[in-house]
Amino acid sequence: MTGKQETVSLFKPKLGGADTGLQKELATGNESFFTTTPFDRKKRLTEIVAKSVLLLMTLLMVIPLILIVCYLLYKAFPVLSLDFLFTNPTRGMRAGGIWAALLGTMYLVVISLLVSAPIGVLAAIYLSEYAGDNWLTRIINLAVVNLAGVPSIVHALFGVGAFVLFARMGRSILAASLTLAIMTLPVIIAATNEALRAVPMAFREACWNVGATRWQTIRSIVLPNSISGILTGIILQVSRAAGETAPIMFTGAVFYKAISEGDPFAYGLFDQCMALSMHLFTISTQVPGVPEAVPYGTAVVLLGTVLLVNMLAIVLRMYLRSRKKW
Amino acid sequence: MINRHRLETLSEPVLEWVIRLCGISAIIFVFGIFFFVFREGADFLFRGLDLVEFFTSPEWYPTSVSHKRYGVLALIAGTASVTVLAMVIAVPFGLGAAIFVSEFCGPKLKETFKIIIELLAAIPSVVWGFIGLTIMNEMIIDLFNAPIGLTVLNGGIILALMSVPIIVSIGEDALKAVPDSYREAAEALGASRWQVIYRVLLPAAKNGLLAAVLLGVARAIGETMAVLMATGHAVKIPHSLLDSVRTLTATIAAELGEAPVHSDHYQVLFIIGVLLFSITFAVNLTADLVVKGIRQK
Repeated sequence: MTGKQETVSLFKPKLGGADTGLQKELATGNESFFTTTPFDRKKRLTEIVAKSVLLLMTLLMVIPLILIVCYLLYKAFPVLSLDFLFTNPTRGMRAGGIWAALLGTMYLVVISLLVSAPIGVLAAIYLSEYAGDNWLTRIINLAVVNLAGVPSIVHALFGVGAFVLFARMGRSILAASLTLAIMTLPVIIAATNEALRAVPMAFREACWNVGATRWQTIRSIVLPNSISGILTGIILQVSRAAGETAPIMFTGAVFYKAISEGDPFAYGLFDQCMALSMHLFTISTQVPGVPEAVPYGTAVVLLGTVLLVNMLAIVLRMYLRSRKKW
Repeated sequence: MINRHRLETLSEPVLEWVIRLCGISAIIFVFGIFFFVFREGADFLFRGLDLVEFFTSPEWYPTSVSHKRYGVLALIAGTASVTVLAMVIAVPFGLGAAIFVSEFCGPKLKETFKIIIELLAAIPSVVWGFIGLTIMNEMIIDLFNAPIGLTVLNGGIILALMSVPIIVSIGEDALKAVPDSYREAAEALGASRWQVIYRVLLPAAKNGLLAAVLLGVARAIGETMAVLMATGHAVKIPHSLLDSVRTLTATIAAELGEAPVHSDHYQVLFIIGVLLFSITFAVNLTADLVVKGIRQK
């Protein structure tokens, strides 16, 4: 038609999206089957435009993350040091470090984990190993989805109503941890359920065939083969619990509480505590005259903790996938 | 050996009951949440709250000495404005990114993008709020010569960045769920990659993509700390993107600490909580039914 020969390969090497077929075709154009029509060229142009626009959209979502992290680090640089981590805030939180908040967050995370991990893992075992395909299972799944979708501030109201007032725990680490535990339960249930379902049915059948009961099968075959997936879920729970603010604001976290520096057991179960996320909120909105670097430093420590914990989960998952034998 | 065996057979039924109990725990907790939040607000709801005024009046003066008024229309407008703006930004970008990651990426690149999107989803909301309060605030003041940068625009962009990861990951799942035979059939007819996406994949995955958008909406409505910090504190119906607003969630977070326990004001905040719970419950339920719809087909 136009003299210039363009090629369209008849057989694309791999269907279903996981290749860069277009570039390969343009680069190697030696399988000439057809000459192109204007229609073909328009088609190809649309394809290139679509691809670039979509790439641009993806990058616009991804680049902010990197820029934001860099900017926060740059702003926080003046205060970041080990001292910042291990000293209490001083002078009305305008100087000093974040020790009390850091330790408080650890308490909240660990206690909420102790509650939600067993319940979540057992709930997932029920869903994956015991539940039949019936209305109860459907309702449970629906409840898990909805539990994950309840706004964090509504969890806070629940925590106030149920734990602080009804169970008379008062504003305490215990009440805040329990609120966090219920909020993060769906994370563990979803991840564990997925890990358990990934264990092939044949493994279980083999075990049943040698006379093992359901629980023996779960304990000796299903759990050992899915432990890394379960761990991933638990790690993700930690990251989620560490970052939440709204649920602990009214159930146990306070603006300021001095504790002895360097003592990892400085808080009691019924004490109120500081928390990193709450501390960031407080010093950036409620306290005037805080030097700029201090909130940035707090944000970096919080963000760093959460992202590192998530990376750990990702690395674990990749390692697990590379080792998978079936 | 025999003792151990016996112990195991005896303890197994107990264990199974514990597992069953944990299995239904999610149901218990969802009902528990509704019950306890409702319980704290029920007294005032049945005793004195004028529901018509509650939903139609934009006047929110819970601490006024002479005449307390509890109208949440302005708060609903606040929530709606930031949510709509967030979705206007997040839906095209989120679905675009989902399509790109699912259909145009090589395996390595795909893995990289998915990791970054997962990390984006993990950023705590208070950090997003802090970003809105500092970086975005300055940018908006500089760009628009606005007196204050804590506006609908600020909150909307922050919420968009927060809901995009959900839309991308669920949208990508929806696209992945379309059988490869559809793609093969379309390509065999000579369709280009884009034609396959536009004419085959999008119609086939539309329910899953709709569910992705709905879950993004639910996230945006329920988000608390980010909007509390990024949208300013003006209880009013916004007229432009550069107006400050306050959302339902932010109101609870800002006022619960100051309202005396069991006062009318305190109970109204719990009623707002019930309202929020109901909205997100409805949205999540719809999303779930939409997804179920595909599976049954």
